[in-house]
Amino acid sequence: MSVAVVGSRCRELALLVARRLAFAVPVLVIVAVGVFLLAAASPFDPIYQYYGVDVFTATAEDLAATRARLGLDDGVLTQLGRWLAGIASGDLGTSRSLRQPVAQVIAERLPWTLLLVTVALVVAIVLSLVAGVVAAWCQGGLFDRMVTAIGHAMEGIPPFVLALVAIAIFALGLGWFPVAGLTDAGAPASAEQVLRHLALPALVLGVSQTPWLVLHVRGSLLAALGEDHVAGARARGLTEATVVLRHALPTALLPFVTLLGTRVPELVTGAVLVETVFSWPGIAEAVVTAALAVDFPLLAALSVLATAAVLLGSLAADVAVALADPRVRADG
Amino acid sequence: MAELLADPTAGTRPVDGTRSPAPRWRPAARARAGTPRGRATGGRARARLLAGGGLLAALALAAVLVPWLGGLDPRAVDYGAIRLPPSPAHPFGTDAQGRDLLLRSFAGLRVSLLVAAVCAVVSTVLGAAVGAASGVLGGWPDRLLMRVVDTVNSVPHLLLGIVIVALYRGSVLAVIASIALTHWTGVARIVRSEVLSLRDRPFIDAAISGGASRGRVLRRHLLPAIVPQAALSTVLLLPHAVWHETALSFLGLGLPPHLASIGNILGEGRAAVLLGSWWIVAFPAVLLVAAALAVAGVAAWWRDRTLPRRRSELGL
Repeated sequence: MSVAVVGSRCRELALLVARRLAFAVPVLVIVAVGVFLLAAASPFDPIYQYYGVDVFTATAEDLAATRARLGLDDGVLTQLGRWLAGIASGDLGTSRSLRQPVAQVIAERLPWTLLLVTVALVVAIVLSLVAGVVAAWCQGGLFDRMVTAIGHAMEGIPPFVLALVAIAIFALGLGWFPVAGLTDAGAPASAEQVLRHLALPALVLGVSQTPWLVLHVRGSLLAALGEDHVAGARARGLTEATVVLRHALPTALLPFVTLLGTRVPELVTGAVLVETVFSWPGIAEAVVTAALAVDFPLLAALSVLATAAVLLGSLAADVAVALADPRVRADG
Repeated sequence: MAELLADPTAGTRPVDGTRSPAPRWRPAARARAGTPRGRATGGRARARLLAGGGLLAALALAAVLVPWLGGLDPRAVDYGAIRLPPSPAHPFGTDAQGRDLLLRSFAGLRVSLLVAAVCAVVSTVLGAAVGAASGVLGGWPDRLLMRVVDTVNSVPHLLLGIVIVALYRGSVLAVIASIALTHWTGVARIVRSEVLSLRDRPFIDAAISGGASRGRVLRRHLLPAIVPQAALSTVLLLPHAVWHETALSFLGLGLPPHLASIGNILGEGRAAVLLGSWWIVAFPAVLLVAAALAVAGVAAWWRDRTLPRRRSELGL
């Protein structure tokens, strides 16, 4: 590939990224405004949230003064403007259920979620690649039929059921792993502690994502094995391993990368459920805490954050595919 | 090579590699039937139908009959029989309030399936309306509606569902709205593309040149043609609706506790697992998974039967 071609390719990719980011901004704003309007239309009065049980003993003047101070009596649009202006200036509001600024909640919890999700993703990718390739290689064999059957069956098992089963067997039955939490009670967050507590949730989250990936790898590898360039490689007398791993697999992996990018929503969903069951102190668990307490500022910030993750995931997958495959046009 | 020769359409393809435009009216079913793959899926499809349909019928029957025949209230609390392991008197054991889990699980299954069915119908109607409007109107309304679909799709479904349920908590209506408002987008896309492909068909042209008004074409020709597609979407959405409702209820954000669904039972059983009472979670979980697989099996059979080419378009 000449330098000029590489240069134009880079420009194409930069344009792709710029265009997608430009599309992402209005989507994020719409999601933020949408969540705000949903909250404004909700019958739930934020004053109850602010006061808690004390609302029943507070005087009417107190309540009125607080409402005025919080600006709850202003019109919906005024409140919306104030909220958006706060976000624009970096103030995400204060979470009432966790009694912290929202920015601090995110800063404290996001790393733990990223750790969990990354390890789970690695588990899922390794598992699905190995099982999918072996299954497609021995199509129709015992292993293939087992992988396909287990894959289809696992699609029907929600992550929280998987998590409960894993806790019952590996934590309570065999005692290999701790039941929940980030560390043992009162212990500092040392690497050894965190790793021991991370193992089970990361495995559950990874395994819960695997069925779709395995079946996809198997299917696309089977399709790739039927393509002309693979038949050509076979005809040239290359070994079976070279044909499958060097000629068929790369073609099969391109749609796999795209699939990984589109499965970010499921990963977020899985993280919400798994973190809740394992009391993992991540951002996804905060979603449930916030929802149970109708903690609107936190809920809105987390929705926008999750949407950004989804958009980033699909962008990253598209860029990766365009980088790996020169046939893909990045300007389409 | 042998497959290439056997393929009756292979010779009609232009040599330069550009395929002739695919004929629109279901050629795939016939083309597939001859290939080994087609035969294999045919056999598997029947097995899927028999297994899935049989299991679903049995579960549905049990969900109706067990709470009725048992003669007991699934909500009846018995503090003398807390967390009893499975026994002849209580085949599934009892939970932390001494409620019989056999009755409770099947009553919960009934609630879960009912709510899921309502959700699937509501989101299909919503999605079909948006998709049909988008396909029929075209132009900027179409672009706008598809942008809305894209935007809704970029928020993880469970998260958007949680936001909706959290802000309108504690009612069945909120759960239904939460599931319907997040699952209509796939239906909208499918119905839109169906309408777009229908618009150019000869029978529509014939109706228009026969003097039919716009409304009549829509009512008599377009809408009946998208009904099979919409019905299929409803069935394909069912397992997702079951899953979504169960997840919400499990988190304590779904149906109110007195309307015990499987999700509620599992959510309440979480603490019991730590005390070693595995049956409180095991039996309802097995029921849930069996129901989800049965529904998914029947849905997959129907999809393959009616639309062999559309296997993965719903992305379900």
